[in-house]
Amino acid sequence: MKNIQEILKERILILDGAMGTMLQRYKFTEEDFRGERFKDWAHPLQGNNDLLSLTQPEAIADIHRQYFEAGADIVETNTFSSTTIAMADYHMEELVYELNYESARIAKKVADEFTAKEPHKPRFVAGSIGPTNKTASMSPDVNDPGYRAISFDELREAYKQQIEALLDGGSDILLVETVFDTLNAKAALFAIEEVKEERKIDVPIMVSGTITDASGRTLSGQTAEAFLISISHIPILSVGLNCALGASQLVPHLEVLSAKSDYAISAHPNAGLPNAFGEYDETPEQMAAQIKEYAEKQLVNIVGGCCGTTPEHIAAMLAIVKDHKPRGVNILEKVVL
Amino acid sequence: MSTENNNRQADTNRYLKLSGLEPLVVTPESNFVNVGERTNVAGSKKFLRLIKEEKYEEALDIARDQVEGGAQVLDVNMDDGLLDGVEAMVKFLNLIVAEPDIARVPIMIDSSKWEIIEAGLQVVQGKCVVNSISLKEGKEQFVQHAKMIRRYGAAVIVMAFDEVGQADDFDRRCEISKRSYDILVNEVGFPAEDIIFDLNIFPVATGMDEHKLNAIDFIKATAWVKENLPYCSVSGGVSNVSFSFRGNNPVREAMHSVFLYHAIKAGMNMGIVNPNMLEIYDDIPKDLLEHVEDVILNRRDDATERLLEFAENVVGKARENKVDLSWREDPLQDRITRALVKGIDQYITEDVEEARQKASKTIEVIEGHLMIGMNVVGDLFQSGKMFLPQVVKSARVMKKAVAYLLPFIEEEKLLNPNHQEGNSHNGKILMATVKGDVHDIGKNIVSVVLACNNYEIVDLGVMVPPEKIIQAAKDENVDVIGLSGLITPSLDEMVFLAKEMERQNFKVPLLIGGATTSKAHTAVKIDPQYQSAVVHVNDASRAVTVVGDLLQKETSLKYKESIKLDYEDFRNKFLNRGKHKEYLNIAQARENKYQVDWSKAEIIKPKELGIQIIEEFDFNKLLPFIDWSPFFRSWELHGKYPDILEDEVVGTQATELFADAQQMLKMILDKNLFKAKAVFGLFPANTVNDDDIELLHEGKPYIFRTLRQQTKKYAGKPNFALSDFIAPKDSGLQDYIGCFCVSTGFGADELADTYQKNLDDYNSIMVKALADRFAEAFAEYLHREVRKEHWGYVPEEGLSNEELIKESYIGIRPAPGYPACPDHLEKLTIWEVLQVKETIGVSLTDSLAMWPAASVSGYYFGSKEARYFGVGKIKEDQVEDFAKRKNMPLEEATKWLAPNIADD
Repeated sequence: MKNIQEILKERILILDGAMGTMLQRYKFTEEDFRGERFKDWAHPLQGNNDLLSLTQPEAIADIHRQYFEAGADIVETNTFSSTTIAMADYHMEELVYELNYESARIAKKVADEFTAKEPHKPRFVAGSIGPTNKTASMSPDVNDPGYRAISFDELREAYKQQIEALLDGGSDILLVETVFDTLNAKAALFAIEEVKEERKIDVPIMVSGTITDASGRTLSGQTAEAFLISISHIPILSVGLNCALGASQLVPHLEVLSAKSDYAISAHPNAGLPNAFGEYDETPEQMAAQIKEYAEKQLVNIVGGCCGTTPEHIAAMLAIVKDHKPRGVNILEKVVL
Repeated sequence: MSTENNNRQADTNRYLKLSGLEPLVVTPESNFVNVGERTNVAGSKKFLRLIKEEKYEEALDIARDQVEGGAQVLDVNMDDGLLDGVEAMVKFLNLIVAEPDIARVPIMIDSSKWEIIEAGLQVVQGKCVVNSISLKEGKEQFVQHAKMIRRYGAAVIVMAFDEVGQADDFDRRCEISKRSYDILVNEVGFPAEDIIFDLNIFPVATGMDEHKLNAIDFIKATAWVKENLPYCSVSGGVSNVSFSFRGNNPVREAMHSVFLYHAIKAGMNMGIVNPNMLEIYDDIPKDLLEHVEDVILNRRDDATERLLEFAENVVGKARENKVDLSWREDPLQDRITRALVKGIDQYITEDVEEARQKASKTIEVIEGHLMIGMNVVGDLFQSGKMFLPQVVKSARVMKKAVAYLLPFIEEEKLLNPNHQEGNSHNGKILMATVKGDVHDIGKNIVSVVLACNNYEIVDLGVMVPPEKIIQAAKDENVDVIGLSGLITPSLDEMVFLAKEMERQNFKVPLLIGGATTSKAHTAVKIDPQYQSAVVHVNDASRAVTVVGDLLQKETSLKYKESIKLDYEDFRNKFLNRGKHKEYLNIAQARENKYQVDWSKAEIIKPKELGIQIIEEFDFNKLLPFIDWSPFFRSWELHGKYPDILEDEVVGTQATELFADAQQMLKMILDKNLFKAKAVFGLFPANTVNDDDIELLHEGKPYIFRTLRQQTKKYAGKPNFALSDFIAPKDSGLQDYIGCFCVSTGFGADELADTYQKNLDDYNSIMVKALADRFAEAFAEYLHREVRKEHWGYVPEEGLSNEELIKESYIGIRPAPGYPACPDHLEKLTIWEVLQVKETIGVSLTDSLAMWPAASVSGYYFGSKEARYFGVGKIKEDQVEDFAKRKNMPLEEATKWLAPNIADD
């Protein structure tokens, strides 16, 4: 079976679309979120999507399945907020290992089903590592710019727990995503390196930043190139951008990354910008038309979707990119899967 | 870890890449990367002080200046025994990150302590440089630190240092670099392009043979490293190389340029270079270049001796047009005296060394040779044969000589601990600019002149609070206290201090000086508060006589008595005279206001209403606007420019001073050492309630309070207030007013400090005097732009500089604190309207002095009717009225207006 580095040289890989958008279709109630196990939990749990891996595992598996059926090569685990820092909102810090482990296990099980069916198209699981809800290089208090709500070490420890569980559960890749403060991402990368060293393993790493507005900077103020330089100190599989903007707004920033980086380039934009109701309403066809530009310009190696995207979007993307060559990548085979 | 990472990237893309908010990619085509070094507590006393005092805002300004001045990387160092380095590093870096204009460049985290480095790495999102690691403590620690640095995502400076010691020759530099490189690349997996070698720049021309190769070995090793250790960078602190020529900046600058020229050719691509200490390679005079290159490249055995000899001429040339060295044959004392009188410093160390060898104790050289010379200087100055600028230059020579001798004196004290040295000076004098005031040119001049006359000076600087003055006076057991101030609130500070000294039973005589002080104020307000002597001293030459009379045992008592009597007499006469003046009450004065027929007045609406900011300004544009006469006045050379240059008495000296000023000016302009900033605004405005001017900005009203003349005038002469020049609201006409603040002080203080640290008061004072001139010129320039363009009421104006100085244009720009609006409080309103501090960084002290000192602020009145006048003395009823209008306690208003309140 080919490893991911080899496949990346041959074609554009497809990442899945949004988990949250799909979960909304289920219209889960507070009771559904709690399930039997957490029915007496002292705090409200509706909206804790990551918890559904424990209370509604079939729904999560089903969503992964739909994305694989639509043609995704990689699905992300349902663990965007599964750190002690983000779970503090639900007082579920203690559950972090289990959340990550189970989410990875569910995804891996579905991936293995598909790989067994279609050995020519192996499926991969990317352990999703979100930004947490705190920033290490920005003060939440405008009157005290020197204040920090979280330290590098606190982030590093939280990420390390998450990473260990994601790997134990069977993740093939680690995806540090939606990076709006590069220092948070560096803490995650630091933790990954620690785990790699302790376990004497290598694991492909994807990093995906978020350009928050038209100025072309991350929330913490970096340009795309400065962001790239700041996270390039360890060997990574791919670097890219996701969230915040629609596919067409990402183009100039992807061009920078593509020109300046030897890594594979990924993009998983939102289904356009949110409309007046906060909904993402670009249709699969509209979005695919923009992804076509990525493909024609040979900007990317991995595409997928973020907020508002569905299996239909992913299928439409695949239809476009399957006939296009991937962006040329230099030397990736040294990173062993 | 393995070497994978090094093979991973295509060779073509293996450059040193750093990031702040923006990227910095160092390619072979890049220019030399300049590292800003002023945010280093080990290298900048000012920065250390600010961090110690937790003045992080000001510390950030230093960082900002560095970045604005072109630093591409910011070195931050908090290694000081009295600092919590980790805390200071984290706090400062966290604050930098919040300033996008600073955080755009990468940070160099500089410390010899690993815990400080690590704490720094944990708070910066961009790719930093760690400065530094080395094999000094062995391989194990080196590897461990390198691994961590890599994991934090930083590049690293590796010092050429190992277990044996610091590399100081070519072979050792190569050996240690190679070993470090191999360990980093092959064992740690550190990307070679993230390695920066610091190959140790050491001084040359020290006179020691083993130092001759210091520069050339560095350059050769740089070439070797670049050739044999692919992708890495080479860095270093350049100023070390010229260490032995401290005090001779032309030579140092040339050495830096020559060194860099060759080191960069060899592959050095980044480093710490003070841009102010760099001559353009092609601009170095050919003969100097040859001598310097001989030394740097070690081209001749006698290169050092030849450069030393030549260096003396380099300094000499700047000061004397033709070098007549026949005086070097004269006897020793004559030579020392001549050097002091002429202000020639290049032979003084040599001469005092000769004197020292002949003397039984080093102190005798100061008390003998140097004092004999300085007495000649003092006599010439007293008799008007020498002028202030020359005396300040003499002081520079004296300071240099004493600095040379001090280590010997200390050594002798150690050898002879029981031997008590007598007090070698005539007395100890404390000098301070009082609380809230920032002006120190005059104070510095008096200090220098007194020091020349063998008084020991304890200079507390500017904005000195009274308790500090009193404490220092006690601690240092001083003989005289000198207070200086330029703005009117300083007068009150002086009165307060006199009271406080009386309360604490002080007997030390008090000297009062500065532009705002007067014999009248001293006699009437200060002298009665203090039983001991208070003397107003209006110039430096008088300071010497006064202090001499005060401290000489024979004359002291008698002089003090006579001074007391003199001031009492003066006071009585003054107060009696004051009583003859008649005043109107404020209502009467308002009735007699200046009448303008507004129905016929031509009010021109400004073309551009609102606020404008000027952040960058070309100083060359200001040159024609400089009014030079006050410049000469600050050096106590009296006369009008340009006539003063031909003046029978002071002409020669004025010409020489002017030449030095021009040279300094050129350097300041060439090297962009000063920054000019301005903010100004034009607004709709009307007078309300007779004496208030209400302006509107963005829908919000602001009120300027004006003061009205109250002395009884001849029939037909009005009692002016500035509000008379603006149409009253009830006229139904819309009128306008402007206000502004300009500053040319950014950079001036630092430059002046640098000179002062180099014992060069002459140039330090010169810098400040020029900055003041530039500020006035900028105000004049901006006023013209406002008249012609922004307000545009006189588009065709074409006044000569002379006419500008005579102020023969339409409209006025009175400044708070000056005669037409003597209260400083209105500055607060100007600051509020224009957001002066926020926009251009000029702040106000407790006494409402502007900081930096070289700043001017004021109003613009555009009416043909507007004219300058002096408010003069006002009465209590206006003070009460003013307090009510300002909604402030009467006491507070009285304090601010005190200098203008009539005595009766």
